[in-house]
Amino acid sequence: MPDAPGLELIRGEIEAEHPGAILDTGFAQDRAVLSIKPAHLIAVLTWLREAPGQEYTFLSSLHAADYLPAAPRFAVHYELLNRDRVERLRVKALLDDPGEGVLPELDSCVELFPTANFQEREVFDFFGIVFNGHPELTRILLPDDYVGWPQRRDFPVGGEPVTFTYNEKNYG
Amino acid sequence: MRERQLRARDMLRGDLEGEELERYVEERVVMTTFEKMLGWARSNSMFPLSFGLACCAIEGIPMSAVTARYDIARFGAEAGRASPRQADFIVLSGRVSIKMAPVVRRLYDQMLEPKWAISMGACSSSGGMFSNYAVVQGADKFMPIDVHIPGCPPRPEAVLYGFNKLQRLVQGNPEQGWRARYGAAGTEEWARGGPRSEPSGEAAEAYEKARELLRA
Repeated sequence: MPDAPGLELIRGEIEAEHPGAILDTGFAQDRAVLSIKPAHLIAVLTWLREAPGQEYTFLSSLHAADYLPAAPRFAVHYELLNRDRVERLRVKALLDDPGEGVLPELDSCVELFPTANFQEREVFDFFGIVFNGHPELTRILLPDDYVGWPQRRDFPVGGEPVTFTYNEKNYG
Repeated sequence: MRERQLRARDMLRGDLEGEELERYVEERVVMTTFEKMLGWARSNSMFPLSFGLACCAIEGIPMSAVTARYDIARFGAEAGRASPRQADFIVLSGRVSIKMAPVVRRLYDQMLEPKWAISMGACSSSGGMFSNYAVVQGADKFMPIDVHIPGCPPRPEAVLYGFNKLQRLVQGNPEQGWRARYGAAGTEEWARGGPRSEPSGEAAEAYEKARELLRA
């Protein structure tokens, strides 16, 4: 994990190439965090992956969170790992809620980290965050015809009706 | 014991007569109806469907039913069938997710009647602790259940007691399938309409007869 000055150095170098990309830096749960604007996501991840001295080549996890009363509402977390130095870094892409009926959008990083394929599908499945450029952005765990984004904070709890569209479609 | 053996020998030789013969018959013959005998035979050789849903399938069925300590073979239900076509009853062992529910329902529909269902554990009976978007709040929301066994997981004794209750149900209602208990005549797969729903002439006749019996 980069220490506080190291994190500030990373911030400075990214700011030099992509002004305005970094919103904030900090430490949470013993993990260095870079909060970034979603528009610069791919640029920042590419820089962290390629730049000499950084080389965070391993995406160990990709997940999302819904901070409902707060704005921006959503954050997609990228847990990066440098396996030589065993250093971890969290990149948080903060997304605004675009409003009722519109899904927040973000660029897909599947080209950069192939492991993100299923994890972006899972985030889409549960939070309704659309990853532009994803090769096959469909539901991965819930039924294909499920309506709603159940891990969002404003999703009601319990009482899902059982639909038999699976049986009807496949077996008549 | 020896006396009985000797009497049986005399009987076979044709030496028993009069009052002795009467007593012999009284001691050895039990009169009952065919339905009762059928129910008794049926309830003592129930084939479960080899089928597991969640942790109750690990904790419950092998530990509480199959192991030598509790041994459901005592009640004649140890022969798990890998095909729903050969099974008599299904044990819903664990939470049913909304994605699994249509599959469970299809397995149940594929079983031949008469058929029974046990809902084992809190999750499949009521949703248990999973009050969320993924889990059906009680399996009887989408299929008929005969016995609910509470517990998380149920004690082995509870599972066996639940199975004994099912046996009693089978013995008490030899002719009553779940359709009769739920008043669900007309819900057969082929009677609902849609593709592949044409019954044979014989089946349609039997079905009509069954409906009349149910209505009466």
